[in-house]
Amino acid sequence: MRYSALSLLGNTFSKNKNWKPAWRNPDPKPRYDVIIIGGGGHGLATAYYLSKVFGVRNVAVLEKGYLGSGNIGRNTTIIRSNYLLEGNNPFYEFSMKLWEGLEQDFNFNAMVSQRGVINLYHSDAQRDAYTRRGNAMRLHGVDADLLDRDQVREKLPFLDYDNARFPIMGGLMQARGGTVRHDAVAWGFARGADQNGVDIIQNCEVTAIDRDGDQITGVQTTRGAIKCGKLAMAVAGSSSHVARMVDMHLPIESHALQAFVSEGLKPFIDTVVTFGAGHFYVSQSDKGGLVFGGDIEGYNSYAQRGNLACVEHVAEAGMAMIPALSRVRILRSWGGIMDMSMDGSPIMDRTHLSNLYFNGGWCYGGFKATPASGYCFAHLLATGTPHETATAFRMDRFARGYLLDEKGVGAQANLH
Amino acid sequence: MSSLVKCPHCGLRPREEFTIRGEVPTPRPAAGADESVWFDHVYLRDNPRGQHREYWHHSGGCRRWLVLDRNTVTHETGDVVDASTLKSEGRA
Ligand SMILES: Cc1cc2nc3c(=O)[nH]c(=O)nc-3n(C[C@H](O)[C@H](O)[C@H](O)COP(=O)(O)OP(=O)(O)OC[C@H]3O[C@@H](n4cnc5c(N)ncnc54)[C@H](O)[C@@H]3O)c2cc1C
Ligand SMILES: [Zn+2]
Repeated sequence: MRYSALSLLGNTFSKNKNWKPAWRNPDPKPRYDVIIIGGGGHGLATAYYLSKVFGVRNVAVLEKGYLGSGNIGRNTTIIRSNYLLEGNNPFYEFSMKLWEGLEQDFNFNAMVSQRGVINLYHSDAQRDAYTRRGNAMRLHGVDADLLDRDQVREKLPFLDYDNARFPIMGGLMQARGGTVRHDAVAWGFARGADQNGVDIIQNCEVTAIDRDGDQITGVQTTRGAIKCGKLAMAVAGSSSHVARMVDMHLPIESHALQAFVSEGLKPFIDTVVTFGAGHFYVSQSDKGGLVFGGDIEGYNSYAQRGNLACVEHVAEAGMAMIPALSRVRILRSWGGIMDMSMDGSPIMDRTHLSNLYFNGGWCYGGFKATPASGYCFAHLLATGTPHETATAFRMDRFARGYLLDEKGVGAQANLH
Repeated sequence: MSSLVKCPHCGLRPREEFTIRGEVPTPRPAAGADESVWFDHVYLRDNPRGQHREYWHHSGGCRRWLVLDRNTVTHETGDVVDASTLKSEGRA
């Protein structure tokens, strides 16, 4: 069924008894042309674009839990394309353009809200670095505005401008950045892929990968063996674990990142704001809760929860930026497992096995990338060549010395 | 995470006194070693789900580098030794 004002009206008159499930719940078939491991945002988006743009429809997405149980349903929902580096910027801008048309494209309300993203700066050096990044963005045709202190104050009057250590001098704003309802992204892509014939198979964990020489023949799962023509990995925080099934050793560490939501407040913060003197980012959801987060925990973890030390750290950073937060109660916090790569940038490439493809290493910025990651990975799977915006995400860049180190902190995963 | 960690020098100490550096990599290659050996040492990680050997620094105590076994799912910590024992065994 196509969702529209008319379908809403019709279903209202029939007392909402005729809504159908948004996707099927099929049993696995014996064989698929393409199997995608991981029903997170990236796996589902890949299936959607494969079936829609590239005409590959005999596809299964295998998800070990329920749909949306991974990072796609755990993130702080921020989207932006304010990147400095040549290899990153066009890709994230491609993603932003896809976000801008996504809801019409997959006929689902994902609450894409381009409310603006403001990165605060607190020193002359930081202003210069932001100016450089803003200029790089503009050279790529991306919107960027450098705001001075008064311009920021007009939008965000409640910040601690005269903090003795971190006075706020201004901010770099991308007005087209914002937030998107993360669950709805998973649901929209799932529904769209399902309508094109893709089988989305939940509670189906891949436990082993079968191969014959340098060819993958299929996978073993908790719901039986399934054969495939091509195999695509999009398992985020479980990348190293699944790659080990085919003796692949990755430049990735898994780390936990927490997110928090406060009690509902009256409208207070109407953009996304990030602290420049620490790691803290916040927006206000349509329900009124403040949604915020900070740093990863700093040690390898496969547990989808964090520790109190990080809760304290995030709260301190938040209060240094917005003193009024001291009055706000935190309602919930949760964690997800980040696939932290050694230069902070993703990997999307072929592998040492001829029909195995890898997508991972998104660190804590993979939500904004969801549509472009799906599109580009589908392009790679269907054509065997990288999409023009994703040519820098090669697996061998570490060995060749072509790191994509947006943050400039080198090969230490927990610094990205 | 365990809230008490047994430093071989200082005994049971609160977890907050320690700084975690991360996975114990392959032994540091010789300066002239092949690039692929260096690549492995600098960039590749085992990143296991389960038992993990990692460097910890007792930054709020004796300031020695330690090697610790920790489970990356349950966060239970196991054996702790001074990092120099790895070196004498040629594993660091
Ligand atoms: C707290 C938090 C805040 C974040 N904030 C932001 C943000 O504001 N902006 C942003 O851009 N990014 C953010 N991110 C990062 C972003 O959420 C991730 O980079 C992105 O969601 C990862 O891709 P995914 O959606 O495909 O991952 P996931 O949803 O984790 O999908 C991977 C799936 O693979 C499945 N899987 C694993 N192993 C197997 C197996 N063996 N067999 C079958 N299935 C398997 C998992 O169950 C999981 O569902 C945040 C992440 C977290 C945790
Ligand atoms: Zn000690």
